[in-house]
Amino acid sequence: MAISNIWVFAQGAPSSSGAAAPTSTTLELLTKARSLAAESGGTVTAFVPGDAAEIAGALGEYGAAKVYATGDLQGALPGVAVSAAMQAVVAGGDSPDVILFPQDYVGRDVVSRLSVKLDRPVLTNNTDVAVEGDSVKATTPVFGGTKLVTTTFTGSAPYLIVVRPKSFAAESAGGGAPEVVAAPVPDLGAAGGAKVVEVHVEEHSGPKLDEANIVVSGGRGMGEAAKFELIETLAKQLKGAPGASRAIVDAGWVPYSYQVGQTGKVVKPTVYIAAGISGATQHMVGMKGSKNIIAINKDKEAPIFGVADLGIVGDVHKVLPKLIEALKAR
Amino acid sequence: MNVIVCAKQIPDPALPGALDPSSNTLKRDGKLILDESDMYGVEMALQLVDTAGGGEVSLVSMAPNGEVSGVRTALAMGAARAVLVSDPELAGSDALSTAKILAAAAKRLGDADLIIAGTESSDGYTGTVPEQIAEVLGLPSVTFAKSVKVEDGVLKVNRQTEAGYDEVTCTLPAVVSVTAGVVEPRYPSFKGIMAAKSKPVDTVTAADLGVNPVGWAGAGQQIVDVASAPERAAGEIIEDDGEAFNKIVDFLDKLKVI
Repeated sequence: MAISNIWVFAQGAPSSSGAAAPTSTTLELLTKARSLAAESGGTVTAFVPGDAAEIAGALGEYGAAKVYATGDLQGALPGVAVSAAMQAVVAGGDSPDVILFPQDYVGRDVVSRLSVKLDRPVLTNNTDVAVEGDSVKATTPVFGGTKLVTTTFTGSAPYLIVVRPKSFAAESAGGGAPEVVAAPVPDLGAAGGAKVVEVHVEEHSGPKLDEANIVVSGGRGMGEAAKFELIETLAKQLKGAPGASRAIVDAGWVPYSYQVGQTGKVVKPTVYIAAGISGATQHMVGMKGSKNIIAINKDKEAPIFGVADLGIVGDVHKVLPKLIEALKAR
Repeated sequence: MNVIVCAKQIPDPALPGALDPSSNTLKRDGKLILDESDMYGVEMALQLVDTAGGGEVSLVSMAPNGEVSGVRTALAMGAARAVLVSDPELAGSDALSTAKILAAAAKRLGDADLIIAGTESSDGYTGTVPEQIAEVLGLPSVTFAKSVKVEDGVLKVNRQTEAGYDEVTCTLPAVVSVTAGVVEPRYPSFKGIMAAKSKPVDTVTAADLGVNPVGWAGAGQQIVDVASAPERAAGEIIEDDGEAFNKIVDFLDKLKVI
């Protein structure tokens, strides 16, 4: 059995024009799926939670020959609803060899439910996927990204693989419009008891954390919640996004959405500034891929200096205000 | 209101992790502690039971060698009892097998109104187990909860999303996964620590729960390679003499980002 029928869990999000566009991770996964399918002359299919009308063209351009769309989820949470729709398509005879999911809030819920429905294992947190003959391998970084563990599936397909954002570069295939097929959500019974009653969009003035060219992150070394303002100010000055280590998210200084690391966002900006962050493995996984890293920390033994291109052994409360003043003066 | 909390016992994250050279899985045979991520779930459960004015918090955990130190921490915080699944047959279990085991352990505790788990563990961080437990039990679930309350028998959760958060209502019983920082976990009191020593811990095997296959046999996946990641070249490290900020300005300038 060759690995030839590859699916990508594909999501859209509102773009600056107002219309929906595929998320950047969706395009990255489609690009990878294309190269995996090419080895066996196979096909790429996108599976969309919700309505696909606005994004189908772009999904086709990046390589999807077919698009399944669930239609409006009617307030159901995507995990339970989309996995049920996927299971129905698989039961109907279109059985994928591999399904790639993004490592995000929605992708993780859908793959978890689907793994139970299909009784198949899931590999999460991967940064690479490869096909060798009939076997599929996925690679995930562990221990703060110092080791790469490659795992293969021993059972039968479909192989469920969750991939971190920014693992692959997105490239257009110049593909045409795909065939769009309805994949409605079946009755969910008791498992469908959760309903979204209101959606809150938090306005951010600057760029998104995982898309910013510059990220300025603060950690426990900032001392107290009020001092995080220095991070916000510097990030704004540099037209970047503020981020945080898990320690201060856990402490409640900033929301979870700020978190950079294994359990938060993976960022790969041109410049990453880590202020008062010691560099726990949990954090390093999320920022090690940055092109340039600047670290400021009192402890010269802090592991963060091991990955820094420029390391300042010093007090963030002295260095940051001066840096902010100097940048203001320019 | 009865709440079950999934309490993972993990190797101390402050110590360097290691892989077992024979299986390439995380070494978990030393002393284990309660995963910090699960303290939020325990605290949340205690608060919900408190607000409801009755009921109790129970724990389910799966760990090698009958390890209970982490479970005792959660009992000391105020949980009433625990089911500990400990079985050499469980070595090598993947997330799906783990979810099946924990779901069966939860059932052993009887009908609960709510099952709470952390969004992901601090050691394996697969992050799929809470939602998998819900599916195994046929329950609704709300993941990535930033706040949780129960009003008139309905669960109300603010759920973290990419764009902000969603207000979600959910029927009970249900499964919820909570993000870190959602509540401030209490420190166990001396009285709590003493009381925890005599609280019941029901230690069972996979066979007792009727779950099969488990461990390596049930994993459906195999580690085939462990390699060192390419290291970053060492950079320039300087002591701040009061002027180090200029170094940063120069660095940013050279990259043409300012």
